[in-house]
Amino acid sequence: TGFSNIDDDFYEELEEILIMADLGINTTAAIITDLKAKVKENKIKEPKECKELLIQSIMDQMDVSETAYEFENRKSIVLLIGVNGVGKTTSVGKLAGQLKDKGKKVIVAAADTFRAAAIEQLTEWSNRAGVDIIAQQEGSDPAAVIYDAVTAAKARNADVLICDTAGRLHNKKNLMEELKKIDRVITREFPDAYRETLVVLDGTTGQNALAQAKQFNEVAEITGIILTKLDGTAKGGIAIAIQSELGVPVKYIGIGEHIDDLQKFNAKDFVNALFN
Amino acid sequence: MAFDSLSEKLQNVFKNLRGKGRLSEADVTTALKEVKMALLEADVNFKVVKNFIKTVQERAVGQDVMSSLTPGQMVIKIVNEEMVNLMGSETTEIAFKAGNDITVILMCGLQGAGKTTTTAKLAGKFKSKGKKPLLVACDIYRPAAIEQLKINGDKQGVPVFSMGDKHKPVNIAKAAIEHAVKNNHNVVILDTAGRLHIDEDMMNELIEIKENIEVFQTILVVDAMTGQDAVNVSEMFNNKIGIDGVIITKLDGDTRGGAALSIRAVTGKPILYAGMGEKLTDLEQFYPDRMASRILGM
Ligand SMILES: Nc1nc2c(ncn2[C@@H]2O[C@H](COP(=O)(O)OP(=O)(O)OP(=O)(O)O)[C@@H](O)[C@H]2O)c(=O)[nH]1
Ligand SMILES: Nc1nc2c(ncn2[C@@H]2O[C@H](COP(=O)(O)OP(=O)(O)OP(=O)(O)O)[C@@H](O)[C@H]2O)c(=O)[nH]1
Ligand SMILES: [K+]
Ligand SMILES: [Mg+2]
Ligand SMILES: [Mg+2]
Repeated sequence: TGFSNIDDDFYEELEEILIMADLGINTTAAIITDLKAKVKENKIKEPKECKELLIQSIMDQMDVSETAYEFENRKSIVLLIGVNGVGKTTSVGKLAGQLKDKGKKVIVAAADTFRAAAIEQLTEWSNRAGVDIIAQQEGSDPAAVIYDAVTAAKARNADVLICDTAGRLHNKKNLMEELKKIDRVITREFPDAYRETLVVLDGTTGQNALAQAKQFNEVAEITGIILTKLDGTAKGGIAIAIQSELGVPVKYIGIGEHIDDLQKFNAKDFVNALFN
Repeated sequence: MAFDSLSEKLQNVFKNLRGKGRLSEADVTTALKEVKMALLEADVNFKVVKNFIKTVQERAVGQDVMSSLTPGQMVIKIVNEEMVNLMGSETTEIAFKAGNDITVILMCGLQGAGKTTTTAKLAGKFKSKGKKPLLVACDIYRPAAIEQLKINGDKQGVPVFSMGDKHKPVNIAKAAIEHAVKNNHNVVILDTAGRLHIDEDMMNELIEIKENIEVFQTILVVDAMTGQDAVNVSEMFNNKIGIDGVIITKLDGDTRGGAALSIRAVTGKPILYAGMGEKLTDLEQFYPDRMASRILGM
């Protein structure tokens, strides 16, 4: 942008960019305050340099550790959770396809027994990915499906069991209790399994995603985020607020509806997209 | 609630101002900072907030602080009035064609917004009003989308017209209208696939439907949790295919729902109903004034 000085107008424009990217006012204010201090400390004069500093510091914050994908190399159980319609079932299918392509033995579990045709939907995805599915009837107990799936994963010596769950709003107590029960069944039935619990967030979501991450983290310790629908015009900046508050990293992004449209998170691309 | 309500915050801002005759520009600016924060926190679009604050600022400066009102209440009064200006104050119902002419309703929106569920919810509502609805499965892409609509239609006791996933949605829609005429249906609701507002082919698919059959109401279904992008989405759906109204879903969550205000501000189209849960009865009348209070956190 055409600024020649680092002045209030310049900072205001940065602020606008961050808010429009859904970082939220608190995170935005904290980032700008931190940036101003760094600019002073490093005696930075050029707006371009200042912006690069901003980009770099968000990038550092969002960087994913080397061990983030350790579950791929272990006997693991991956649980996908989140509110309604964010892309859980689709992401289960995509992830299953990717791991299968890497030569892993994958099983998926249809633990959404509530939503109309959720089981049929996951069945279609398991066909696309070419992996086994464990399912029961619509209306059955999701914890019982998980029990079956864990048993099958052990018996068939699967590398990764990926569990789909029903969409649930984080403010619904009984549904969150159900999730706790699912989590407990896994821990009890397969204590040695490497656990990966991913909260799926719709990249179009605003400030509420922070409340979602917090509440889901309380019932099942989340180890990462799948940020979906980044193929649209939304930037998914709330993930930055979540990373600052909860320290939970984005591990995957969804960029479409096809089986290949799931990518490992790249902090550089993500942060650059905020400013484009 | 963990945070102070906006009205408490405004009272605090004006604590020492009581008895002052008129609101100065500086007083108002300080107060409106709180309003701005509340709106942004609620996900109202940044540009919409900016315009809103400007309007309120102009109105509030120089206002007499009448003896019965504290300055805080004065600002709240103006904020409320301007919110009503933006959101509207009346509830709006979905329009039907006169007599027994077939009313065709097209449901559209982003992926996962709640179209299929809302289609079935509407069918139940219309049925109880004595209408004879037909649901049409025009989503040929999402795995098990047709099955989902069929199951939900069954639950509502409303028939679902489908031609599988090998026909173009426009042809499915045309055939559905013929079927509706033959079977005396007077409301036809088209459930379409989720699509991005920037996906030209998919947007053209909706345009093609509207060019070939007479759609009476085009309804945009939007997730209440949507952030700043709600403006892009609703503007592009409205500009490209034209919408008549909006249904906001998942308001049973704890989101403040600022998207509702943004959408209303950029499209001028009414919000018709609110989705309040996953059950097919969870569709409620939309009250703009209650939504305004929710967004402001009051
Ligand atoms: N554009 C886009 N669409 C996506 C992406 N991920 C999922 N979707 C679409 O979003 C919609 C919802 O996806 P689902 O996988 O059914 O979401 P879910 O979280 O399982 O939904 P519930 O089980 O109903 O809570 C579908 O139309 C998907 O095709 C993505 O990364 N980009
Ligand atoms: N809590 C809650 N969930 C809802 C509401 N409306 C829809 N849902 C849920 O949101 C998810 C997505 O709903 P769908 O009806 O499949 O959404 P869609 O827009 O048809 O999705 P696509 O066809 O994939 O684009 C499902 O889990 C629904 O049960 C609502 O008002 N409240
Ligand atoms: K959504
Ligand atoms: Mg699902
Ligand atoms: Mg649908």
